Amino acid sequence: MPLLEIKKLTHRFEGLCAVSDFNFTLASNELVGIIGPNGAGKTTVFNLITGVYRATEGSIYFTGNELVGRTPHQITKLGIARTFQNIRLFKELTVLDNVRIARYGQAIYSPMEALLHMGRYNAEEKRITDHAMELLSIFKLDDEANERSKNLPYGLQRRLEIARALATDPQLLLLDEPAAGMNPNEIKQLMEFIGWIRKTFRVTIILIEHQMRLVMGICERLVVLDFGATIAEGLPAQIQNNVKVMEAYLGKEMVK
Amino acid sequence: MSKLKAAYQTLLNKWHIVIAHRFFWPIFLIAGLLFSIAASTFDILDLYLQLILIYVGINIILTVSLNLINGYMGEFSIGHAGFMAIGAYIASLLTVNIFPQTANIFLFPTAILAGGIAAALIGLLVAIPSFKTRGDYLAIVTLAFCMIVKSVLENIDVVGGPRGLLGMEKLTTLPWVFFWTVLSLWVIRNLVYSKFGRGVLSIREDEIASDLMGVNTRQVKVIAFVVSSFFAGIAGGLFAHTLQYINPRMFDIIKSTDILIMVYLGGIASIAGSILGAFIYTILLEILRPLGVWRMVFMPLMLVLLMIYRPRGIMGLRESSLFVPVRDLLAAKFRRQKKKEAGDASA
Repeated sequence: MPLLEIKKLTHRFEGLCAVSDFNFTLASNELVGIIGPNGAGKTTVFNLITGVYRATEGSIYFTGNELVGRTPHQITKLGIARTFQNIRLFKELTVLDNVRIARYGQAIYSPMEALLHMGRYNAEEKRITDHAMELLSIFKLDDEANERSKNLPYGLQRRLEIARALATDPQLLLLDEPAAGMNPNEIKQLMEFIGWIRKTFRVTIILIEHQMRLVMGICERLVVLDFGATIAEGLPAQIQNNVKVMEAYLGKEMVK
Repeated sequence: MSKLKAAYQTLLNKWHIVIAHRFFWPIFLIAGLLFSIAASTFDILDLYLQLILIYVGINIILTVSLNLINGYMGEFSIGHAGFMAIGAYIASLLTVNIFPQTANIFLFPTAILAGGIAAALIGLLVAIPSFKTRGDYLAIVTLAFCMIVKSVLENIDVVGGPRGLLGMEKLTTLPWVFFWTVLSLWVIRNLVYSKFGRGVLSIREDEIASDLMGVNTRQVKVIAFVVSSFFAGIAGGLFAHTLQYINPRMFDIIKSTDILIMVYLGGIASIAGSILGAFIYTILLEILRPLGVWRMVFMPLMLVLLMIYRPRGIMGLRESSLFVPVRDLLAAKFRRQKKKEAGDASA
């Protein structure tokens, strides 16, 4: 059984078809890239998978569960986590709290136990705090644990966002343009970092990216979107020489 | 030698926290309780000062409970007086009409509790529009709620309609106010330092991101609204049994605005700030009484200056370490120490 199976997914915003008839299958432990020009519907696909939008038509199956119609936190609980194109940390909260918030589903105690700080509260809080600190030290962010996340430099904010996503114990990690605003040298480091995350946390990864250098370097398979539809799919080398893809990126005239 | 010194310093730092929590709180609570009992039974404090302290307590409860919604969650509710009204009326009906007169002094806490529970149930209903509407729109919804409560009360004859309700005994005493104030502060502090409280904070920062990180935002909002309105109801019951007279006009938008001022004066998302805000506002209003009408010019002016120079209030987004759970404090201190040592080592 594939980990993720998307069938005939279509999403319209008031007549504008952001995603049309999108089909996609993903096996466990794959690392797949979704590329395409601006406005191709890449982020919309992420928003549909994670439940931010409800698909107009079609279905999404994750480990056999239908995702369309579920709320984002239910989908997160099933094992899908994501990062955002423009970093969306909880800015005024500490680095530690950013990660602890993502352990909401893992801390098991009732509202009453929380109001009285009794019962399972103490043990569970200790457990999720320890886990969060462990995660932060893996990501070399433990020294900044008490810092408000808005005070971190840009690179660390990106790293914290990935740490926060991993704190939800995902099977599938969706990275939305992780290389945005990075120079070639930083992109090279990021490539190694993503490979390392994949090995260390044993997650399947879907990557949205603009930077060809990054996707060509690490993705095993690529899907190219344009105007909400898949125009090509295959190995990075195949995509590089695909006429349709070049047309989408450069325009028909240029390719001729 | 320097290592020993560092270890000693760490111990000293930790003791500072432990002493504050292990000694300050028990001493403060016992002293406060004894003082309030003594003040209300013997002739230590004159009645006027007692009354002011009672109002300070009631205002602290109102401020800290509204801070949960407006400060911690970052919503804008202006219907807090509506919940207060529900608590005030339910508690008063119980002590005046239902409970036997002679048993009132014992059943008073039950009446207050019933007022709080009634307000909490209504709070559950108000939580529902907060799922769909945010910001300005939720403000309008809560304003409408406040107006509905007022006009419903004006049209029920059993509670006196627009003439109001009287006949309550003066059951609110300093010890009871002390008890309920401490309880509300403790419970809301506990909530804030739990996964639900962090959920409340994350909703303020970014609701969609919060949902995507697995926070059940609906559950969190319901809890926040229920707890907040519960304590508003408690404050209402205490208020009614202080003044011994209530009418629907007391719980209109002006009352809500008063509470809002205390929240934004003291500081959003802060327990210490809520106490400070309620304290300063209540005392200042009394001190400025000789100014007469000019008082109503001075207070808004102060608010304008505050918004210019300290838009988040005196303690905005900061907390006194007395309200942070010991475990979190120690852990934070430990991490700071470690970071500093790492910095020293590299330097």
